[in-house]
Amino acid sequence: MSLFEIKNLKKSFDDKEVLKDISLKVEKGEVICIIGPSGSGKSTLLRCSTNLETYDGGEIIFDGTLGLVFQNFNLFPHHTVMKNITHAPIKVQKRNKDEVYKEARALLKKFSLEDKEDSYPCNLSGGEKQRVSIARALAMNPDILFFDEPTSALDPELTVEVLRVIRKLAEEKMTMIIVTHEMNFARNVGDYIIFMDDGYIIEEGSPDEVFNSNNHRMDEFLGKLGE
Amino acid sequence: MMLESMLIQLCKGMLTSIEIFVFTLLLSLPLGLVIAWGRMSNIKPIRLLMKVYISIMRGTPLMLQLIVVFFAPYYIFGISTSSQFRIIAVIMAFSINYAAYFAEIYRGGIESIPKGQYEAAQILGYSKFETFFIIILPQVIKIVLPSITNEIITLVKDTSLSFVLAIPEMFTVAKQIAAAQASITALLVAGVFYYIFNMIVALLMEAIEEELDYYD
Repeated sequence: MSLFEIKNLKKSFDDKEVLKDISLKVEKGEVICIIGPSGSGKSTLLRCSTNLETYDGGEIIFDGTLGLVFQNFNLFPHHTVMKNITHAPIKVQKRNKDEVYKEARALLKKFSLEDKEDSYPCNLSGGEKQRVSIARALAMNPDILFFDEPTSALDPELTVEVLRVIRKLAEEKMTMIIVTHEMNFARNVGDYIIFMDDGYIIEEGSPDEVFNSNNHRMDEFLGKLGE
Repeated sequence: MMLESMLIQLCKGMLTSIEIFVFTLLLSLPLGLVIAWGRMSNIKPIRLLMKVYISIMRGTPLMLQLIVVFFAPYYIFGISTSSQFRIIAVIMAFSINYAAYFAEIYRGGIESIPKGQYEAAQILGYSKFETFFIIILPQVIKIVLPSITNEIITLVKDTSLSFVLAIPEMFTVAKQIAAAQASITALLVAGVFYYIFNMIVALLMEAIEEELDYYD
């Protein structure tokens, strides 16, 4: 059985059908990158998958903890970096405080943020904020981690450091579903690529299969991106 | 009348003013939050009711509200009230009036918190209750503090309206002395008292604002 499965998902906003018939399976340790033009339903698919949005048809089969990294971080501004990371594991998951702190420090070290423990989000760069928010998601020990365009709010030079962190997680076999506009990143890191357009999955498969396909919408999309 | 005895009387009146002020704040600050919740409720009748409530509280004179609250038990329920009820009526009237203003301030603050904060909290598994009190409210307090300070300063001065129910607060006392002496000295002294009172309030609120200034 797959770790995470979506069957025939349908979602409309008012009269507009955003997800038309989406099915996908995620195996443990797999990295799935979802690409496609804006308005294609990528973000809605992610929001339905993480229960931030209800859906009108189909089903999502998943039993476990999930994490989500937002495009604009959504860190809690009134909490320090450490509190942002540790508060939910301690208060919500009722885990041992010392253990959570130890894990959080290890995560901060891993993401080169060890000196930011007591900083507030407003004193961090965008790239640092996003790394903290990834650490916050990981501190919950999720079975699967979703990323909603994690680098879209970042300057190019800050994008690199965040992508490096995600790549590291991929090497460690973290199960991830990543909505991204970074085509090179998707090609290099993704085990499986999903190309969405107009509420449908148009192409899916290994990076080679998808990026070399002859589908005209895919070509058009990549062409627009200047590839 | 000696200046000294005038000051003693005014100080006594001031204690009553402070009593009204403190109890009104203790009641109206939390009540405002409840009204704000009602005003933002998903249930339409509750939302509408709170909208009407706020509109009446803001749209009619506070002095009239004081009178209505004081006489309501008699005219509506036929209960005759004791003289101690005066101060209770005053505090009640001030509280329900200020709660309406505070509710609108809270609402503004709550609505200014980005949706992403709620979503992040939801993903991390916080309950709605935890989300509000751990994530949202602390941020709201920081945002609304300057507006709350404004209202609190107005309240200090508004306590003088309780003269309509013959409460012996500072302004009532000052008016009586002024009438007896045929001189406005007592009123001017009262003015100085209000000013000092408000200066202390403003300094206190400023200190709290600074305390909350640890993040942008």
